[in-house]
Amino acid sequence: MFDLERWEEIFETIRKNKLRTFLTGLSVLSGIFILVVLLGIGQGIQNGIETQFQNDAENRISIWPGRTSVEYKGLNKDRRIQFKNRDYDHIVRKHEDHLQYKSSLYRIWSSMVSYKEESGNFRVEAVYPNFQFLENQDMVEGRYLNHNDLENYRKVAVIGNKVKNDLFGKTPAVGKSVEISGINFKVVGVFSDPGGEREESLVAVPITTGQRVFNGGDNIRNMSFTLPPSDNFDKALEASNNFTADIEKQLKETHFVAPEDNSAISINNSLKEAKRIYFMVSSIKIFFWFVGIATLLAGVVGVGNVMLIIVKERTKEIGIRKALGAKPLSIVGMILHEAIFITAIAGFLGLFLGMVLLDSIGPMVKSEFLEHPTVNFQVAVATVIILVFAGAIAGFFPAWKAARIKPIEALNDE
Amino acid sequence: MIKIENLHKSYQTGANSLHVLKGLNLNIKEGELVSIMGSSGSGKSTFLNILGILDEADEGKYLLDGVPIKNLSEKKAANYRNKFLGFIFQSFNLIGYKSAIDNVALPLYYQGMKRAERLDRAMQYLEKVGLADWATHLPNQLSGGQKQRIAIARALASDPKVLLADEPTGALDTKTSYEIMNLIQEINDEGKTILVVTHEEDIAEMTKRIVHLRDGVIIKDTPVQQKRALDYV
Repeated sequence: MFDLERWEEIFETIRKNKLRTFLTGLSVLSGIFILVVLLGIGQGIQNGIETQFQNDAENRISIWPGRTSVEYKGLNKDRRIQFKNRDYDHIVRKHEDHLQYKSSLYRIWSSMVSYKEESGNFRVEAVYPNFQFLENQDMVEGRYLNHNDLENYRKVAVIGNKVKNDLFGKTPAVGKSVEISGINFKVVGVFSDPGGEREESLVAVPITTGQRVFNGGDNIRNMSFTLPPSDNFDKALEASNNFTADIEKQLKETHFVAPEDNSAISINNSLKEAKRIYFMVSSIKIFFWFVGIATLLAGVVGVGNVMLIIVKERTKEIGIRKALGAKPLSIVGMILHEAIFITAIAGFLGLFLGMVLLDSIGPMVKSEFLEHPTVNFQVAVATVIILVFAGAIAGFFPAWKAARIKPIEALNDE
Repeated sequence: MIKIENLHKSYQTGANSLHVLKGLNLNIKEGELVSIMGSSGSGKSTFLNILGILDEADEGKYLLDGVPIKNLSEKKAANYRNKFLGFIFQSFNLIGYKSAIDNVALPLYYQGMKRAERLDRAMQYLEKVGLADWATHLPNQLSGGQKQRIAIARALASDPKVLLADEPTGALDTKTSYEIMNLIQEINDEGKTILVVTHEEDIAEMTKRIVHLRDGVIIKDTPVQQKRALDYV
């Protein structure tokens, strides 16, 4: 490999056989290029789908009240169900050990939020500190609500990015006071949400403060929980199904709802949804890997094919070289050395072009189901190496055969 | 230089076996210029291939400069070809994409010589065959006679003990043929042992000894009064 004389010989051959070199290189280059772009698109679709469904914690269980649809125990149908703090407290007490995050929510309707001259209508929700994780919110600055805020009925608020930008513009918001329906709250933090603007036009205040200040009494609008993640998806699903069944039964008893009434209490278990998404994402992944590996295989066959043609084309030359004293190994070495050199250069060029394309076109793609098409660099480099290696193996046999033929037969080849 | 005893060679073609060489005996001393004559099918090319270690005999003894040529590995055969033998072919067999000087230098590459030295040596041999000015030309830019001169320079480059020429003038017109024969005679004058396979009477007469082959046996082996090619050019 480090024989300088051999390199000179290879370079001369490459220089003098530009078309052959170009065609060999092109087949490898296009193969790797297509592979990189395909894997990139696959990753992009996966990213897109994941973003679509990651607004909230993926194993979130939400419970909403509705209206009854059947008469039960002497109570009319079409009766509105109102959840209370004690419903939430009961669930938390009963399942304390099995819950990861938990929060109830009291919504303040039609609330005007303002800072100095700027104002706007935003959702205002009174929640527990865990609400941050249920909503997948990330702190941009400051802190989230905490236990002390709730204990002491503090008038503090965390605001979404959209609220911050609308009210404060570029000036910092933490430490300032905003008015919510005429009552001052101190901003302690700003958060972002993968759900985007819609989820970021939200103001969160401590539930205790919210209920007291806005005359909520002990009413709550909904409750959300997550169970701790488990390595085994099916086990996690089973646990969450048991949990939802139990609280559904519990709530129906407390609120005198018929067991068969499905409209009074709605439970949304994201994990069930997640299972479908996981399946979809992994199917897409498998599909693109399949296509990728098939492309790679086609590339290997292509390289092997080119090698066969090259050896055939050079049979006479091989005969001449053997008559002049070339040893079989030096013939094999010469052919493989050239092939590996060309496929490696072309492969990395294809890799480079593919990544350039993904990097330049990728950010311009504005589609819900295709986001940040990128390719794992290590995977891409590995595929090039596999292709070069497999190409060398595929090329070895024709080269070896060529090196074994008798010089006279090779010389008589036209 | 070359000692052949009871050499046999047959080819397997399907179910039939074709007995091409049927017990040849030949002795060639250093500095000889020998022509091997015979009609096509007489086995002369097969004989030359065996002498050139491009093919192997089934039976018999072949000593090249005292070295027995028998059951050689590919590697060893390549080594002997490189060290002992220089080939001149009817169809020149130059490598098309290599310039004249690179073609001449190729045997030296397989001797492991460094590039600069290789090209220097190759240039000397190009001068010897009178084509120094054509060193950078590709074979397809040269005439048939020039190509054969390049091939001769290449055969000489590794300073072999024996030159083997297979119909060296077969693809050339008469005038060019004589020029090539003149070159071969000059090389022989310097003491190189040369074997020429030919079926042309006039070419054979320019060697010093004619060996007639027919149906795989030597029917005549006679020294001749050499005609100098220069007299006919």
